[in-house]
Amino acid sequence: MPVVSIREALNQAMDEEMARDERVFLMGEEVAQYNGAYKVSQGLLTKYGPKRIIDTPIAEAGFSGIGIGAAMVGLRPIVEFMTWNFSLVAFDQIVNNAAQMLSMSGGNFNVPIVFRGPGGAAHSLAATHSQALESIYAHFPGLKVVMPSNSRDAKGLLKTAIRDNNPVVFIESEMMYGEKGEIPEGEYTIPFGVGEVIKEGTDVTIVSWSRILQHIAVKAVGRLAEEGISVELIDPRTIKPMDWELIFNSVKKTNRLVIVEEGWPFAGVGAQISHEVSNHCFDYLDAPVERVTQEDVPLPYAHNLEIASLPNIQKVIRAVRKVMYLD
Amino acid sequence: MATKILMPKLSDTMTEGVILKWLKKEGEKVKQGETLVEIESDKADMELEAYDSGILRKIMIPEGGKAEIGVPIAIIAEANEDISALLTDTTPAAQQIPKTETAKEASKSLPPSSQPASSIVADGRVIASPLAKRLATENKIELRAISGSGPQGRIIKRDVEPLLSGKKTLQFKPAVPIIRGGHRDVELSLIRKTIAIRMQESKQTVPHFYVTGEIDMEPAIAFREQLNTATNSKISFTDILVKAAAMTLMNHPSINATYLGNTTRQFGEAHIAVAVALDEGLVTPVLRNCEQKTILQINSELHDLAERARSRKLKPEEYQGATFTISNLGMFGVEDFVAIINPPEGAILAVGSIIEKPVVKKGQIIIGHTMKVTLSSDHRIIDGSIAARFLQDLKILIEKPVALML
Repeated sequence: MPVVSIREALNQAMDEEMARDERVFLMGEEVAQYNGAYKVSQGLLTKYGPKRIIDTPIAEAGFSGIGIGAAMVGLRPIVEFMTWNFSLVAFDQIVNNAAQMLSMSGGNFNVPIVFRGPGGAAHSLAATHSQALESIYAHFPGLKVVMPSNSRDAKGLLKTAIRDNNPVVFIESEMMYGEKGEIPEGEYTIPFGVGEVIKEGTDVTIVSWSRILQHIAVKAVGRLAEEGISVELIDPRTIKPMDWELIFNSVKKTNRLVIVEEGWPFAGVGAQISHEVSNHCFDYLDAPVERVTQEDVPLPYAHNLEIASLPNIQKVIRAVRKVMYLD
Repeated sequence: MATKILMPKLSDTMTEGVILKWLKKEGEKVKQGETLVEIESDKADMELEAYDSGILRKIMIPEGGKAEIGVPIAIIAEANEDISALLTDTTPAAQQIPKTETAKEASKSLPPSSQPASSIVADGRVIASPLAKRLATENKIELRAISGSGPQGRIIKRDVEPLLSGKKTLQFKPAVPIIRGGHRDVELSLIRKTIAIRMQESKQTVPHFYVTGEIDMEPAIAFREQLNTATNSKISFTDILVKAAAMTLMNHPSINATYLGNTTRQFGEAHIAVAVALDEGLVTPVLRNCEQKTILQINSELHDLAERARSRKLKPEEYQGATFTISNLGMFGVEDFVAIINPPEGAILAVGSIIEKPVVKKGQIIIGHTMKVTLSSDHRIIDGSIAARFLQDLKILIEKPVALML
């Protein structure tokens, strides 16, 4: 199987879908001539020309609105945000137009648009450039939220997103663009709402996604294994729709759940998972559900405080030991 | 966060407690689960564990001091935390807040985990995880009989699981098939369930060893006849044994003791439990301070306790808090047997029948009466030589019973 970076996987997905369907086009800041701020659209301008690979002004609300309008009349735009932090400028367009148009128009206008770009913290980008916004977008009916954690999922899920007839919020990780992984040979897609058991285990279930899954949870699970604690690690891959059955079945087996996410605690994705699990697995829980989240403060610029604020391996180990009543 | 430690409710009848000993000093670090203080309740002395980590900032009730349930006795907080607001507030929690809250607060400062009832809060609810509750219901296990090992004494999966396997053994592998052509599942009585749990726990956690001795009972038989004639009473061999054991225990404090991890607690009083068989199971009423009582007193008290045990009218404090147990199966013609220690006691004496048989005395074979006793000991605190010396002294007393009148 070919080994490619997440950057290349995303590029392949867009390339293949643009070749397959001429209604698909990409626009955003620096996506064309500069080949993308993170080089995800490398080579696409040369291949598809300036009518389908469009550099926009620094005006997220404007080009998001243009994308939504284009989608309403039959095109299939991919709108790249240089980071998801800038999507807040286009929040009104995404929420009030993209998410709600189908319902508001009595089913007359589908909005087949993909909003994509990197989310979450990198290194010392400070509060306004480090936000994990998945819980906010997952809040709105009408939006799907996708967060791949590896090359295979990035490609398969982005192709599914482009083919979806409704708006999809596709959140990548700046820190992971260069990380390589195997992808299947040839054409493939990955359906939404199907999570993956990254590692089977018996003592406690951890649900985590995107960078925090790969950089924090996986490592914590390794350390816990050295202590003899067997963790079942689940990557839901899509935040909405969520693969509830996968999580419920795992919790029914392990009786304990820890959710590890980059976002803030209040009304976070983990809060929703915790609720669903307490509802569907009540008689199977041997301990209250624990969450590891970012601290409830704007993310500090200072690197040491940034580390202290974000989820880390020690925090995950502590939470797992707590639900196992080991401390 | 600063936490007030409140005087806990350690028994249903307790209204106030006495601080026996602070195991931490002011300013000392306290870890969750560490023993903080010894408290005397109306039933027993109990250890209170800390349920939060921090610094013991203030001891509000000194050693020897009394406090009503719910009254703050100490404050645990971070080193620099301002606790002035908590310091001024010493009224019982019960007077400050509605009743349900009192129960919660009381349960926070929690009874020790060695008490089987520790998962039951003042309003009678059992605190258990949803999973533990479901497992208990499915397997017909009485949660009230289980001691919880989770925070605030919560019963969790690991507390219930050992019973599941134990149950299976009981249900599916009967030693003797009693019912011909089929089987019958008999629901265990509450007493039976408690015995099942406690005896299994004892055999699994206490390293038992056994020392058996044979006692010449001729003098004791004569002694008993004299006593009964003189006092017109019905003194039993059990009464005599209780007295003899109590006196012997006073000279063997390491047997009248309990294992506490890094220490063994030796008791200055002999509270002796005597096993009484009921249809539903065994109960062990406790005779207090047998070292101070006469055989006659023991006789009348034991008679009363046994009667009330049979009519199920014993109060919890009458069958808890023994330091030693005697189990006598002599009336069933048993030559000898070994008994399982009743934790947290350190030893138990199993008594067989008085048997008429040829014995050798002064080089001659004559007809004598002997009785075998077997001491089961907790090897964590008692060694074979100590157990043997105890039996030696017990034998001397019973063989020269006049000393029991001292």
